[in-house]
Amino acid sequence: MAYKTIVEDNIDVLVAGAGLGGCGAAFEARFWGQDKKIVIAEKANIDRSGAVAQGLYAINCYMGTRWNENNPEDHVEYARIDLMGLVREDLLFDMARHVDSTVHQFEEWGLPLMKNPDNGQFMREGRWQIMIHGESYKPIVAEAAKKSADKVFNRICVTHLLMDEAKENRVAGAVGFNVRTGDFHVFKSKAVICGAGGASNIFRPRSTGEGAGRVWYAPWSSGSAYGLMIEAGAKMTQMENRIVLARFKDGYGPVGAYFLHLKTYTQNGFGEEYESKWFPELQKMVGKEYLDPELSHRTHRPIPTCLRNHALISEVNAGRGPIHMVTMEAFQDPHLEEVGWENFLGMTIGQAVLWAATDVDPKNENPELTTSEPYVMGSHATGSGAWCSGPEDVSPDEYFWGYNRMMTIEGLFGAGDAVGGTPHAFSSGSFTEGRLSAKAACKYIDDGKAEGIKVSEKQINGFKEAVFKPLEHYKMYRNEIVAGDVNPHYINPRQGLDRLQKLMDEYCGGATVNYMTNGKLLNIGLKKLKLLEEDLEKLGASDVHELLRAWELKHRHRTAECVTQHTLFRKETRWPGYYYRGDAMKLDDENWHCLTVSRRDPETGEYTMEKAPVYHLVGKDD
Amino acid sequence: MPTFVYMTRCDGCGHCVDICPSDIMHIDKTYRRAYNIEPNMCWECYSCVKACPQNAIDVRGYADFAPLGHSVRVLREEEKGTISWKIKFRDGTEKSFLSPITTKPWGRDIPKLKDVDGPSQEMRDSQLLYNEPKYIRFDDGGVHTLESNGLKFKQGVVY
Repeated sequence: MAYKTIVEDNIDVLVAGAGLGGCGAAFEARFWGQDKKIVIAEKANIDRSGAVAQGLYAINCYMGTRWNENNPEDHVEYARIDLMGLVREDLLFDMARHVDSTVHQFEEWGLPLMKNPDNGQFMREGRWQIMIHGESYKPIVAEAAKKSADKVFNRICVTHLLMDEAKENRVAGAVGFNVRTGDFHVFKSKAVICGAGGASNIFRPRSTGEGAGRVWYAPWSSGSAYGLMIEAGAKMTQMENRIVLARFKDGYGPVGAYFLHLKTYTQNGFGEEYESKWFPELQKMVGKEYLDPELSHRTHRPIPTCLRNHALISEVNAGRGPIHMVTMEAFQDPHLEEVGWENFLGMTIGQAVLWAATDVDPKNENPELTTSEPYVMGSHATGSGAWCSGPEDVSPDEYFWGYNRMMTIEGLFGAGDAVGGTPHAFSSGSFTEGRLSAKAACKYIDDGKAEGIKVSEKQINGFKEAVFKPLEHYKMYRNEIVAGDVNPHYINPRQGLDRLQKLMDEYCGGATVNYMTNGKLLNIGLKKLKLLEEDLEKLGASDVHELLRAWELKHRHRTAECVTQHTLFRKETRWPGYYYRGDAMKLDDENWHCLTVSRRDPETGEYTMEKAPVYHLVGKDD
Repeated sequence: MPTFVYMTRCDGCGHCVDICPSDIMHIDKTYRRAYNIEPNMCWECYSCVKACPQNAIDVRGYADFAPLGHSVRVLREEEKGTISWKIKFRDGTEKSFLSPITTKPWGRDIPKLKDVDGPSQEMRDSQLLYNEPKYIRFDDGGVHTLESNGLKFKQGVVY
């Protein structure tokens, strides 16, 4: 093999993936570990990587505690009802009590946060959201991470976590390859903070052909957070809790500012309000405790996002589509019109391109909305991810094993999409989680928990062989055919991705089957995933760039398998509007008011599923 | 909305290759200029468009749903701290927008934590993060706890 092996040794804290979570980790680690060696490995360039690469127009998680706006427990309550009761309330409380300090630091660093001229406070978009001019959000945050890190390795696709051979179930670093030079990189580290991303593109997207890149979550979010952690044997939670987004059609432009700030609203193709008429039937499925429109009307209590999706999907299926966002009223106000456009230019430019291309001016016509294909992630309005310890002063015993945000593998920490059970963290919460995990990782090292780590050449060489196998495989069989991509010995990464998306869509509740699945379908899906896994051993990559796509596909496949296992395990329909179990169409609190936890045995590939208790935050006298 | 590169403007400097989050801007070996090698993995995030010193990169909306004849152009000026947009509709309508991208000279106010005083043992033993408790609360002190907020955890079903 011609590619060099480059070893970075004696790292204390390795940050694998530096989006908002990873940048928060690298930044904060320097404060708690002033003499520690802090290294970042990032698949792209940290100035524009992760979900915020394009920019953001809002920070969706800010308490405003200093203005007496909200307390952390208010946010916990909000996330709880939005996710139909099932979240990690200890982790959420912990994130929420620190997130304001993160946001105020961003302001000090130069991020333009809009101000309310009446009181000088941050301009509220909604109860939790504040508005920003965030075109340079990621470069600003990356600057902070770069100032703290000893070294930043851009363009490294991290493929595997290294495991300690002296002590079982302890992390020892990570390996990957440079997507430009092809060099193999070994990072030997005492602690690893996984800041890698959630998964777009595991379900067949609604777009076809060229538009397949216009997914809601970034196409480079390859489920690597999950691929890395599951493969190493970390326990995962709530992986069935995929998210479906109601967004502007085709461009997937965001609707938050439209609903909350512009006060636009939806109606069906005949100009009628449609949501409320689906609620009585829906209430029978999920119970009045989760859907109480009257109570929601009177109080701050939101109607869960999935249930609003359900109404949209049902209305379209009843033949009364398309659903429109009524923008024509709001857009007559020049200020609101400006906000509406800048909202897209700040974070989903493609939607502006689409409206320009189709002559849609929301001042003159109401644009269409649709529901997206499902996504698997843990930082937006859903909470898939690893099963992590909470903080010592908050967490119940079952949720605490020594270090905040440490997973069930010793020395492996996480932030953002990697951490399970913490929805509604968004950008600011993910950065905050990175800070929390960095403090804990430094303490883990200072407590002597990372002494005596041993990594053999055998382990490293095994990974090296596996990493480059798609290139070797291609070389071996390429010349058996004249030209083209059809070869009996290999499939290329795009062909494998197409197969993954089709089977996840059809068997695991994708968009083309209206998010419906059942036990029978899921079992077939698992068989097909197994066959795909065998073929992924025969992936062919013609160059280093295709090798990147090959490893992204492997991470996506592992994510998809775990999602399917979890979906099969939970025999109820907890989140109608995100997915439906046709063989168990009701929410079932008696049996399923629990968090699902899985572990894949790295030796056998078998999954073990268990239920973990849900602890709710209540008043001390309740 | 995949990107494309104008042949006569690109000088092959590679800024787009350096910044693209999806690793799809590459240099063509024959023409020594950049191009998008994988349009269906392009998010239309405009990172490359903003980074191009020659304004050689543009976006043509995704062919499967966007008709031809539009443009969304951008100029990002880090020194000025602004970004300007010009949207041109298929029917010729134009709209322009201007936003700030930073309020401070680039990077000046981001601290280098190696140079600040390290945490005391007391701080290490607390729940505080760097620079806290500043900003956590308006007036009264420390980080929120279950006790300070009058809370406890309860197993079971709570709505």
